[in-house]
This record gives sequence, structure tokens and C-alpha cells, in this order.
Amino acid sequence: MKWQFRKPSVLPGFGLTLGFSLTYVTLLVLIPLGGLLLYTTKLSWSEFGAVILDPRVLASFKLSFGASLIAAVINLFFGLIVAWTLARYNFFGKKIVDALVDLPFALPTAVAGIALAAIFAQSGWIGRLLDPLGIQIAYSRAGVVVALVFIGLPFVVRTVQPVIEEFEKEFEEAATSLGASWLQTFTKVILPSLMPALLTGFALSFARALGEYGSIIFISSNMPFVSEIVPLIIVTKLSQFDYVGATAVGTVMLFATFVILFLINAIQIYSREKSL
Amino acid sequence: MKFLKLKRLFWAAVAVLALGVPSIHAADISLLNVSYDPTREFYKEYNQAFAKHWKELKGDTVTIRQSHGGSGAQARSVIDGLDADVVTLALAYDVDAIAEKAHAIDPNWQKRLTHNSAPYTSTIVFLVRKGNPKGIKDWDDLAKADVKVITPNPKTSGGARWNHLAAWGYGLEKYGSEDKAREFVSKIYANVPVLDSGARGATNTFVQRGLGDVLIAWENEAILSIKELGPDKFDIVVPSISILAEPSVSIVDKNVEKKGTKEVATAYLEYLYSKEGQRIAAKNYYRPTDPEIIKESEANFPKLKLFTIDAVFNGWGEAQKKHFADGGEFDKIFASIKR
Repeated sequence: MKWQFRKPSVLPGFGLTLGFSLTYVTLLVLIPLGGLLLYTTKLSWSEFGAVILDPRVLASFKLSFGASLIAAVINLFFGLIVAWTLARYNFFGKKIVDALVDLPFALPTAVAGIALAAIFAQSGWIGRLLDPLGIQIAYSRAGVVVALVFIGLPFVVRTVQPVIEEFEKEFEEAATSLGASWLQTFTKVILPSLMPALLTGFALSFARALGEYGSIIFISSNMPFVSEIVPLIIVTKLSQFDYVGATAVGTVMLFATFVILFLINAIQIYSREKSL
Repeated sequence: MKFLKLKRLFWAAVAVLALGVPSIHAADISLLNVSYDPTREFYKEYNQAFAKHWKELKGDTVTIRQSHGGSGAQARSVIDGLDADVVTLALAYDVDAIAEKAHAIDPNWQKRLTHNSAPYTSTIVFLVRKGNPKGIKDWDDLAKADVKVITPNPKTSGGARWNHLAAWGYGLEKYGSEDKAREFVSKIYANVPVLDSGARGATNTFVQRGLGDVLIAWENEAILSIKELGPDKFDIVVPSISILAEPSVSIVDKNVEKKGTKEVATAYLEYLYSKEGQRIAAKNYYRPTDPEIIKESEANFPKLKLFTIDAVFNGWGEAQKKHFADGGEFDKIFASIKR
């Protein structure tokens, strides 16, 4: 395919809309992020290194990326099941379940955090049952993952559901009539066409989890080296009036997130081209 | 620009009228008091008293708006431009930060009002579960292996810094050296299951979530928790020795000059030292500084040995740098107890 800057379209207004989009994105995203970078340049490389390589900060990076990844994987799996159920079956109360999925979008995350902490604390409804088994969810790393799964769920469901709804059943029927087992149908026919949507949902859920603050601080024990997330490190630095240190950590977070999202997008494009 | 001049003249005339003949042309004044978390109930009551006092004195109506949050975060809002007329924060260091970073407060602010600009004080005590099942009596009981201690993160909470320094001061006094004090405080932190970011958060963790055996808290927060949640659930344990916590107040020079509220803002803070102000403070479980009110409220505040931050830690500047800055004692302690 020959590369073109401007793809032909029947609708006019390319110049105007492109100009508008660029201005909009610049004002809302690029300028604030540029300010962040500019602030970081107040640090020399060695000072920047000292902030970033501090063992406590490194531990928080490990936790934030690790927990977000685990949460995104969990959401990928269970989100697919929920999306499949909602798209393919009709059952009593489906509308309600459908609406419930969106709840984490709208609920203030602090409320979610407090509610989850109350339920999973040793004295809470679920915590009380898990405590004799020696499982502690609230005030541990596991609590962080639980909160991230909660806030990330709708991202997978809402990106995958419409694709399943549009997916033609004939493909599955054809596969079955040609002698494919259900597992083959799933892995060879259904999964490849869902892949791009699944990856998008995964990326969104992951990215959302990285930036989450409100719910985590209530359910995590916020212990240095153990359960302290990166956004909390940033807030801590800010409350010590260490603006530059906070922006340094923020910048690393920004770049890491950008690289990861870029890679996921690349895989998505690759898998889309392959499936076509 | 003739119009502008006329306009200025008009406002000047209004101002002269308002100030010169207050009984006829009473002005509406609005003050913003930026404070920290546990002062909510106290200032709610005090603001009404002051508004009444000012109305009687000058005839002007003062409305005082309150803002509460973590002390450090509140200071940061003021640095970033929140137009507070007065700040009433948990520690002098946060007021110093506003003076230093934003040059919005005179660096000599602490000398402007009596008692180091701390009209009321408090101290750090323990809140334990009813009947004190773990038999906690003093600071060394918090270092025992089977005791779970709730205290917020001193990096984000002003109150927690007082907690940390109180424990450290006890360690110094009892064991005699910095190293021993560090070891002692490390043992306490090793018993902490959750580090909340603020004093109220920690109180909620202890009270609502039922976590921990003892909460290290402001005396006024501890008494308030008991009054609100019923004396049948918690007890207060007063240690043998603790720190004299001096929450500091100051006007924000830059903002009051701009808004022309310097007189009323100063009066607002000075009235905290009056008999009525002191009485309201005592009623809200802050220790008063006026000798007469101290006598009056003696029964509510148990006697204990109190040391000041200036005597033991050489002031906030040094304490902050040594204990709470990145790489300071708090960080060292947590690096050593990594679990």
C-alpha cells in the first residue's frame, strides 16, 4: 500500500478537523506533559538517577507495574467471559448486569477503595472468611491487585463486547460443520478475530491501573518497600515540597507507560493484519 | 484612563466610608482559614464566637470559610496560590515552608504571637481497645512483638511526625543514645501493619476497620474518638512522657495585604488567646495556654512530662531534615525492617 498523508474521504473538512484535533490534543495533553518534562530538566542526570534509583522508589515501580499487569491479565480473562455472556446469551436481569459492569467507571475510586477495604479487612464480610485460611487481602499487595481488577474490568468488557456481538455465528457453525472441535473453533476462529479488541481492552485496563491512586491508598497498607505504589511516592514527595523529585518519578512513569502502550499497539496492528 | 481613575476614587471613597463610619456602613468581610484535619470541630465553634465578637466590636460581619486536609497538603495549596488569610497548621515546619517557598509569610512569623504562635497545644497519647487487653502503659509496650501499632506515615502526615518524635524522645530519655533510640523506634515501626497518609485515616483504620491494638494519636483526636464512638469501646492511655505538640498559626502576609484583611485576620488569631478562645479550645480537647483556663480545665488533661521539639530536636528545621527528609531516619528505619 502506498503511503499517503491524506486519505481520500467523501466528507469535506479535513483541514479544519485536523487543525482542531491537533490544537485540542496539544492544549489538553502535550502542554501539561511538556511542563512536566521541563520541570524535570531542573535536575542533573546524577540527581535524576539518585531519585529514580532510590530503592524505595524502585520497589514502588515494581509493585505498580507488577500489580497493574496481574490485574490486567485477570481482567482480560474474566472480562472476556463477562463480555461473551452479555453478547451471546439472553437471561433474566441481563440489563442490570450490563449496567453493573459500567459502575467502576462512574464510582469515585475512593469510595470503591473504602468499600473494598471494609469488605476484605479481617473483620469484613469476606475478610472474616479468608482470615482463618491465613489469606489477607486488605492491607497487603493482594489488596492492591483486587482494587485494580475492580477499576479495570469495564475496559475489557466494553471493548470486547461489541466485537463479539458483530462476530458472525456462521463462522463458528462453518468450523463445527467442517469437523473442528470446540477448542479448535475457539482458538483458531474466534480468538484471532477478538485479539485486537482484547489487546485494546488489556492496554486500557493496564494503563488505567498504573495511574490509579484513590482506591489503592485505602486498601493497601502503604508500607515503604512493600505496598507503596508509584502515585503515592509522587504524593509523598509533593507533601515534602519536593516538586522536582515528584516530577522526575512522574516522567519515568510517563515514558514507561508510553513505551508499553506503544508496544501493545504495535502487537495489535500486527495481529490485526495477520487475521485479515 | 480617566475612567479607571474615577473608579479607583470611587472605591477609595467607599473604603473610607466603610472604615471611618463602621457603625453605619458595616462591611461584609470574608476570611479563609486553611487548617489541618482534626481542627474541624474546634474551628467551627470558634468561628461563630469570633464573628460575634467582631460584630460587637466593629459592627462588621465576618464570614470565615474553613479548609481542612493533611497539614502538608494544605501548606502546599497555599504555596501554589490558595488565597488563605490565615493558616492554622499542625506544625511550624509547614508554616515555615510557606514562608520559604512562596515568600508569602514573614520569616519571623513565629515571634509575632505569644507562645511561639501556638495559642493551644496538644500532646501525643495512645488510644487502646476497651479494658486495654494488651496491657499497654507506656512507649516501651509498643515495641513488644505481639502489639500491633497504628500510626500514619510521617512523610505525609504532620501528626505522625509528632508521633515519631515523641517515640524518639522517649527512646533518647530512657536508653540514653541516638542509636538506642533508633533501635527502639524501629521496633515500634516493625509493629505497624498499615501506614495511612493522614491522622484521620489512621483513626478510621483503628476505629472502623478494627485494625491494631493501639493508635498513636493527638490527644484531642483520641478524646474526640471516645466521645463520639462511646466510652465503652476505647480507653486512653497516657504515657509517662510525651512531646508538647504546638500547632502553629499565622496570617498569610501576602494575601491579607492584597485583600486588605490584615486587621481582621490578625484579630482572628489574637482572639484565640482570649479567655473565650482558650475556653473553646479546651472544650474541643486542645490544651489551653492561658493560666486561668488551664486551671479551669485541669480535670480533662492528665499531667505528664512534656518535652518540646526545640529542647530535644533543636527545632523543626533540623528535626525535619534529620528524620523525615529523603534518606532520613524514617527512610533508614524502613530500609532496615523491609519485610
